[in-house]
Amino acid sequence: MRARIVHIASNTFREAVRDRVLYNLIAFALLLSGAAILVGQISIDIERLVVINLGLTAVSLFGVVIAIFIGIGLVSKEIERRTLYTVLSRPVRRWEFIVGKFFGLAATLVVNTFFMAIGVFAALLYVSHKFARPDALILVALYFIILQFLIICALALLFSSFSSPLLSAVFASSLFVIGSFAEDLRGFAGMAHGLTRWLASAAAYLVPNFSAFNVITSIAHEQPVAGQLVLHNTLYALFYAAMALSGAVLIFEHRDLK
Amino acid sequence: MVTEVTSVQYKNAKCFHIIFSRGVFSVTFSPMTMPALEILGLEKAYLVGFWRKRPKRALSPLHLTVEEGEIFGFLGPNGAGKTTTLKLLMGLVFPSSGSARILGREWTDPQVKAQVGFLPEQPYFYDHLTAHELLNYYGQLSGVPGNERARRVETTLQRVGLPDVQGVQLRKFSKGMLQRVGIAQAILHDPKLVFLDEPMSGLDPMGRREVRDLMEQLKHEGKTVFFSTHILSDAEALCDRVAIIHKGELRGVGAVEDLVSSVQGKVEIIWQGTQIPTSMKALGAECHVIGDTVRAVLAENQQDLAIDTLRRERLRLIAITPVRTSLEEYFVEKLQPAETSVGSTA
Repeated sequence: MRARIVHIASNTFREAVRDRVLYNLIAFALLLSGAAILVGQISIDIERLVVINLGLTAVSLFGVVIAIFIGIGLVSKEIERRTLYTVLSRPVRRWEFIVGKFFGLAATLVVNTFFMAIGVFAALLYVSHKFARPDALILVALYFIILQFLIICALALLFSSFSSPLLSAVFASSLFVIGSFAEDLRGFAGMAHGLTRWLASAAAYLVPNFSAFNVITSIAHEQPVAGQLVLHNTLYALFYAAMALSGAVLIFEHRDLK
Repeated sequence: MVTEVTSVQYKNAKCFHIIFSRGVFSVTFSPMTMPALEILGLEKAYLVGFWRKRPKRALSPLHLTVEEGEIFGFLGPNGAGKTTTLKLLMGLVFPSSGSARILGREWTDPQVKAQVGFLPEQPYFYDHLTAHELLNYYGQLSGVPGNERARRVETTLQRVGLPDVQGVQLRKFSKGMLQRVGIAQAILHDPKLVFLDEPMSGLDPMGRREVRDLMEQLKHEGKTVFFSTHILSDAEALCDRVAIIHKGELRGVGAVEDLVSSVQGKVEIIWQGTQIPTSMKALGAECHVIGDTVRAVLAENQQDLAIDTLRRERLRLIAITPVRTSLEEYFVEKLQPAETSVGSTA
């Protein structure tokens, strides 16, 4: 069982690499090196802050775009192209296929993030000439970004298991945007009354709370991240991703592959 | 009174001798031959319409048994329900009712699939992979041991006529080559039962011949081959038995030999010349002049009278042959609406 999941995951990873998904790293490298040189020339004393903000935001956005645009096709593309037929006609359970796909995409994003992180640190070194102790906090921000990716991967897979790629992209992107303002939505729910309060609260707690994962600004200002937040975000991301993945499995287990 | 019980093993059978005081009673137990495939009323209706409430039947309850070691042809025109049946058996779509047993086990048992190979219609594969990588991947999923996989991949590719494709991604393969890769992945893990959906599709005449040979080889290796096709010549040349399906309903099933040999109670008589005696027409013969011969078809019980006529008229007899049904004729007959169809279904 575990071996089959690993094989499906590694095939998914290989497909992403061969489909030149990691080419985005070139665009990222160009963006960061250009920004570092520019920032070095026009900013005084805030080079570090600008590079960290820009770099980590770019890591997050590049990863989200990849997670959504690969994730939405993971199942539907396989059905459409009928590549799934020769996989599921083997001793592979449907849930193994979904879980394998999830880990394959997650691995792609982790590798992608790793190389982008190297770019961020290189740009930081270029503008600061040396690393300082607070720069280690960037690793926490990167960890949170990866946790976000896990949630988005699982959501993209969930939508992909019952919907067309286009609709899946719309759903997943919308959830990412709404989730990024989840704290505001919760604040609004707190101020509302009656049915509106009830509906707003339900929506606020149902959408993924991505705002809790965004520590980029505080890290750029060298503010430490509480250990409790790390634990909370880890558990939240794992739970949310597991729920979304379970939903994907539940739908896919009963779906006719026409 | 029983005094002794002895047993003797002979091939697969076990013979027990029960020795009574007044004699010997022998009982032989032969193992039941297990069908490779039993379809027990599988039925599929898709729900269509905006609210998905209206059922559209794709397959009426299907009952079919395929014995071990035979090549079984599943015939029908396009849209007859052949692919639906195969998808049901592979667990790609779920039945509205019914069940099936494959190699003696429930068809939903995932372990069954380790012993089954499947070629979908017009297969499409991960085109970023090479044929070797693809087969290696499928070998991994089918549980082929790692130390054996590379050798198995190589020999299977050679077997389907793709020996020199190392390093070439599948996106550069022609349709015929992809079909061969499809067949390779279906037999890679040495399955006992192979399902092939339109295996000759996209192949040139040489390729079709090779696939036919391959299917015969599989049969000689003791494997069961279940293949769907609408090309009757392939079925006639290869199959031990065929089933005919049309509009989701099974219209007929039987051994190819029986179906193509079923005498219609008529004979064909051919004689030299262009002369048609009037008494021959009186026997109810349908006569046609073909070149310098005449071909007459008449009832079998009129055969002796017809020969006497030819002798009397001093015409030279060339041949007398019983008229037999071709598989095509049988197929066409079974495709007629049920109310006008003659014959049985199994």
